[in-house]
Amino acid sequence: MKFLKIFIIILLFTGFSQLRSDEKNNELKNKILKNIRCLICQGQSVYDSESDFAASIKLIVDRKINEGMKEESIYEFLRDKYGDWIIYDPKISKNTYVLWLLPLLLFFAGGAIILKKTNLKK
Amino acid sequence: MFANQIGYYSLILGLLLSFLLCGVSIKDFKNSSKYINQNILFLSFLQLTLVIVSFLSLIWSFIKSDFSNETVFNNSHTTKPLFYKISGTWGNHEGSLLLWLLVLTLFIFIFLIKSREQPKKYKILTLLFQQIIIIGFFLFVLMTSNPFNYLFPIPTEGLGLNPILQDPALAIHPPILYLGYVGTSIIFSSSLAAVTQNYVSKEWGQHIKKWVLISWIFLTIGIMLGSIWAYYELGWGGFWFWDPVENVSLMPWLTLTALLHCIVVLERRASLTSWVVILSITTFTLSMCGTFLVRSGILNSVHTFANDPARGIFILIFLFILIVLSLGVFFLFHKENNKNLNNFFWLSKETSILINNWFMMYFLSVVLIGTVYPIFLDVISGHKISVGPPFYQKLIVPFLVPFLLFMSLGPRLKWIKSKIENKKTIIITFIISVMLTFFIIKNLTTDLLFYTVLVSAAFFLFFTTLKEFFVKRFNNISQTVAHFGFSLLILSILFNNFLSSEIITNIKIGEKYSYNKGEIFFKKIEERKESNFNSIIAYFEIKDGNGKTVELKPEIRIYNQPIIITSEADIKTTLLEDKFLVMNLVKGNEYFNIRYQIKPFMIWIWISVLLLSLGGLMNLFKRRYEKEV
Amino acid sequence: MKKKFNLFIIIIFLSFSFVIFYKGLNNSNTYTPQIIDKKNIPIFKAKDFNSSAYVDSEKIFKEDIFYVVNIWASWCVPCRIEHPLLMELSKIQSLKLIGFNYRDNQINAKNFIIEFGNPYSKILIDNDGILAIEFGAYGVPETFVIDKNKKIIRKFVGPLNQEIVDEIKLIVK
Repeated sequence: MKFLKIFIIILLFTGFSQLRSDEKNNELKNKILKNIRCLICQGQSVYDSESDFAASIKLIVDRKINEGMKEESIYEFLRDKYGDWIIYDPKISKNTYVLWLLPLLLFFAGGAIILKKTNLKK
Repeated sequence: MFANQIGYYSLILGLLLSFLLCGVSIKDFKNSSKYINQNILFLSFLQLTLVIVSFLSLIWSFIKSDFSNETVFNNSHTTKPLFYKISGTWGNHEGSLLLWLLVLTLFIFIFLIKSREQPKKYKILTLLFQQIIIIGFFLFVLMTSNPFNYLFPIPTEGLGLNPILQDPALAIHPPILYLGYVGTSIIFSSSLAAVTQNYVSKEWGQHIKKWVLISWIFLTIGIMLGSIWAYYELGWGGFWFWDPVENVSLMPWLTLTALLHCIVVLERRASLTSWVVILSITTFTLSMCGTFLVRSGILNSVHTFANDPARGIFILIFLFILIVLSLGVFFLFHKENNKNLNNFFWLSKETSILINNWFMMYFLSVVLIGTVYPIFLDVISGHKISVGPPFYQKLIVPFLVPFLLFMSLGPRLKWIKSKIENKKTIIITFIISVMLTFFIIKNLTTDLLFYTVLVSAAFFLFFTTLKEFFVKRFNNISQTVAHFGFSLLILSILFNNFLSSEIITNIKIGEKYSYNKGEIFFKKIEERKESNFNSIIAYFEIKDGNGKTVELKPEIRIYNQPIIITSEADIKTTLLEDKFLVMNLVKGNEYFNIRYQIKPFMIWIWISVLLLSLGGLMNLFKRRYEKEV
Repeated sequence: MKKKFNLFIIIIFLSFSFVIFYKGLNNSNTYTPQIIDKKNIPIFKAKDFNSSAYVDSEKIFKEDIFYVVNIWASWCVPCRIEHPLLMELSKIQSLKLIGFNYRDNQINAKNFIIEFGNPYSKILIDNDGILAIEFGAYGVPETFVIDKNKKIIRKFVGPLNQEIVDEIKLIVK
């Protein structure tokens, strides 16, 4: 009887943690799918799209997450097949330094101008 | 048939009238009389009437399904309901340009009659600059985008309107958006006029502020309508996708908001004149730039209109002419203010508005660079990349933290020089915000540190503005309402983000699906026939964690012309949360794929944007109740 | 002086932007993935259409010969249009055609082959589209040319036409 109780408790706990890790996997999966562009309906993400291509990608992403592949590697895999265009988050590379840095540069330039223009004295 | 002729010749007459107006105005300009020639008002009214006539002719052609008109043929169908036949008039490239002309001519006319006390030369110059824009658009329409082209032989049926555009929110979204977007033309024209006349002063600030407010209010509501439509029609519950067309409407909003705050400084302290003029020019330029980006086919988006490089070249050249002209005027005529007036004490209201400008310009640069960079990269290196939501979120969200804090402190500061009063209250409010945030979100997210900081900042603004309702009462209430609305917006978006959940599953009729909070029961389906589509309506009963049951009826519609299948979500909205259910067919199966989302506080996002607009509206009528009080 | 400098910078920037936008207008705004460098064919296992047994990719592409991979489906209209050209290609000795039957019903596919002819030396089943993605395809029909080093050297999106077939003939000579 005692053994049965312990067995059930252990079962419940493993079931519980399975749920947790499923949720996390699901969150991760959705995060990744929202970051992939659909090649057929080119204005949508794979997450939003109902096209055949999107369905296949969802399957592949699902498999790769279950195999333990990391998020960045999945993106690399897809970039390798389809080019940088397929991922919404632009990779920081020599092609995108200006993209990422220019706004920040402008921000600091703006800050410098304001500092110059305002008096700290009375 | 006749409608076509009337519409077309009205446009030609309108164009000729522009030249006449320019001639009469220039002559009146040189005239030494203090009052503007009344003929000018009359001619402006006549021009407006001609555009209205043209617009109404197109609407008439749509209502009558007159397929001898090419635009009607391309965008309409006899079985379309009347409401959508009418709204289809402006749901296409050519028709929407008539809307542009309508707002351009309407605003200049209202400007002229509402500015009787303003200096004559200033009014005439505003008219002239506006006419340059109007002539450009007349030429654009007549040369590349004529809504009144003939088709012969006359087709018996049209090609129909894309069904996802057949929607009430989308029907009124363009007119409202354009009143804002195109309305910035009058700010552009009048700023250039003011610069040439050295009239960028307190008085001018008070006068132009109404126009800035009107454009801003319409633009805010217009963007909100677009978001609401996207929420229930596209994208499975998302409301902002950082799509190029959305970005293009957001950019003028950012500069217009910055302009609004600068006008406040101009009104009171007669400084920041360069900022005001540059922002006025930039806002309309961004509107034009946006028109270019979405109508030339240069960008890839679900929302883009026309895909015609020839039109693109026209707008591009027109846009650059306007930029060169406006910058030329600015550099030639703008006189630097008294130097002292532009050096602010660091702790003052003026500086806080400068800081606001700083952040707005930064957000603008992120959106602008994100939207056009792929074009630049493609042309220069041939390399194609995408810039999507992760980029914008990474660069904007962190900066919201200091922005929200500045927004809480700025309005407390006085003009010229200020001290921070009530330091204790500020610190206490801050601590309460942080603690409240921490206890609420500690179980909701893994990025605890970052989100605690962000949500605390939003709560800090929330409590600060809430307090101002009691402290300041009706003094400057429009500002309090607007800022409060903004804090509510950020909070609703963040909590909606944390607490939203979604279930995706395949389900058969009669089946029950259990999830951790409740149960989804697929009761039955019904078929229904409407004038231009057939639909399958699915009845679902959803039991939530509290045992309450709600019925949701998503639809799948099969339209007849063009043949498109759409999924219509059913949404049950309460103050607490939205329940969102959408259904799709699974190929060759008796299963249906459903996506069920629970989205807390969704309606508060719209309410807070309405509060923002309300703040603007209250400022517009401020003079009236302030006088009465 | 400072004003003039600012003006100069702005003029340069505007001219630059103008040129870029002007040139950008002529570029297509839809994206088609291009082959940049020649990649090895992916390693995979797939079900054979006729025998229903699983085969290794290495065994499929084992001969010292050119391979042309064609993704097709019985429900795909352009596939019917290009089919005669595939029959033409199948007659060339220096290449072998491998077909991927994409998201199809086996009976319909079999009927398609019976009615229009079989140009493929081997057909593989790709019901969930994963094989297509491994090759970097996203729709139907698409055709890939693989050289003797087992690298993907050419890709054609959409149905074949005579020009493409002539190009393939030149490659495999």
